[in-house]
Amino acid sequence: MSFISYLKDGISLGSVYAIIALGYTMVYGIAKMLNFAHGDVIMVGAFVILTAITKAGLSPLLSVVLGVIICTVLGVVIEMVAYRPLRKASSNLAVLITAIGVSYLLQNLALLIFGADAKSFVPVINFPSLTLFDGRLTIKGVTIVTILACIIIMVGLTLFVSKTKPGRAMQAVSEDRDAAQLMGVNVNATISLTFAIGSGLAAIAGLLLCSAYPTLTPYTGAMPGIKAFVAAVFGGIGSIPGAMVGGILLGVIEIFGRAYISSQVADAIVFAVLIIVLLVKPAGLFGKNIQEKV
Amino acid sequence: MAMLEVKDLHVYYGVIQALKGISFEVNQGEVIALIGANGAGKTTTLQTLTGLIPAKQGSIIFEGKDITRVPAHKIVEMGIAHVPEGRRVFSQLSVYENLLLGAYTRKDKKEIEESLKTVYKRFPRLEERKNQRAGTLSGGEQQMLAMGRALMSKPRIIVMDEPSMGLSPIFVNEIFDIIKVVSESGTTVLLVEQNAKKALSIADRAYVLETGRISLSGKAEDLLHDESVQKAYLGE
Ligand SMILES: Nc1ncnc2c1ncn2[C@@H]1O[C@H](COP(=O)(O)OP(=O)(O)O)[C@@H](O)[C@H]1O
Ligand SMILES: [Mg+2]
Repeated sequence: MSFISYLKDGISLGSVYAIIALGYTMVYGIAKMLNFAHGDVIMVGAFVILTAITKAGLSPLLSVVLGVIICTVLGVVIEMVAYRPLRKASSNLAVLITAIGVSYLLQNLALLIFGADAKSFVPVINFPSLTLFDGRLTIKGVTIVTILACIIIMVGLTLFVSKTKPGRAMQAVSEDRDAAQLMGVNVNATISLTFAIGSGLAAIAGLLLCSAYPTLTPYTGAMPGIKAFVAAVFGGIGSIPGAMVGGILLGVIEIFGRAYISSQVADAIVFAVLIIVLLVKPAGLFGKNIQEKV
Repeated sequence: MAMLEVKDLHVYYGVIQALKGISFEVNQGEVIALIGANGAGKTTTLQTLTGLIPAKQGSIIFEGKDITRVPAHKIVEMGIAHVPEGRRVFSQLSVYENLLLGAYTRKDKKEIEESLKTVYKRFPRLEERKNQRAGTLSGGEQQMLAMGRALMSKPRIIVMDEPSMGLSPIFVNEIFDIIKVVSESGTTVLLVEQNAKKALSIADRAYVLETGRISLSGKAEDLLHDESVQKAYLGE
């Protein structure tokens, strides 16, 4: 039974990675940049939710909504202030370095506001746990909500991108920015929308992450952020199903590595898997290897 | 007054000057050909027209409005559709989705549906392949899609950048036939071509572009028989 128990933990952690990875992958696919500050938006979301509940006394639901709104706005503002001015810059390196700078900025602002000591996250998700196999396996409410949230977000985003007009505009911008403009698509607005969605999802990821691992510091988002980036690359960066599958696989590998090999090297195993996958399939699992006919 | 007036346009790529003060005009209902050798500045001219490249100096007036500094994504709504060089269809999207993007700025669903029918009638191949990904179409079909996509915006003027490039002779003829039909249905056409003979044969007037300057202009028929044009562009 411990195998199934680990599997469920892996899928749950992987679902959080997947939700974060969606933000990475969408921004990469549409804005063609790696937003390394994405992980830290998760942390901001978690702090907003925690503060809203403990300091402002808001209801959990309202606090989560507030967290999503603030992260959405934060994502849009970061893009506008830090990345947009560099969009025409010839060097991708400039954007990358700026993103790393924004990441440190968010961490240090959080340090300034909330301090360095770890806060314990309050239980927000009150969902009954599920007991299976005559009590030999218990799935916690948080786990169920996490996995459900991941599925809903995945399906919702896929439908949004493929079936709605803004979604089609995103695909057009992703493929050919100039041609998209000739269709009347406002590229800046489309990129803003992408950041808004990715950052809103980051708040949800922050909630789910801190509900499963309830300690919160200004650095809480950094490592999951990097792992979610790995997950996005693993699945094929730019691909929504890739982010999903990559995230979940990564979570499962990490938990199994911790359980069956060693908890010290679990992270190393994660990165080793990434390297092997990229050696075999450079574009990732769902990446587009095939050159389209021109 | 001309429908489109380009006055003294100067365009740079960094320090390299691609357009050195070109002026031309297009009247309502005309087919205008812009011909010239590779690198003369034809693509630059069209991209500046639709806002993809900024002009350093000069002005572009369309239907009396100065559009020189209008951003690219606002141009199509004003009535100008651009069929870019190399077709630039969205290869991951279906033919149908590409056509819908052509109507991106339009609101009325019924009218969009009408335009779709018209485009499918004009390009039956596109209807046959409407659910196919655009990247899987042949070059000629992609060109038709790029034109159909532009027509979906119901433009008053359509600018086309080398629509015959890289196509087999059968497709080239088909494309030029369609341009004629588009023109006859009331849309003004600005056509950039290296295939000067074909372009001049369907155009009313033409301009010859030579390293960023207009070197010659006149009635298409006259240019077709002009000795210097024949030598330089018609291979005779
Ligand atoms: N992106 C660019 N960067 C620098 N120079 C360019 C660029 N695009 C075009 N040019 C230069 O501008 C001139 C005009 O190019 P273009 O408008 O593409 O010509 P045409 O379409 O007539 O072949 C050429 O000398 C070309 O090398
Ligand atoms: Mg050209």
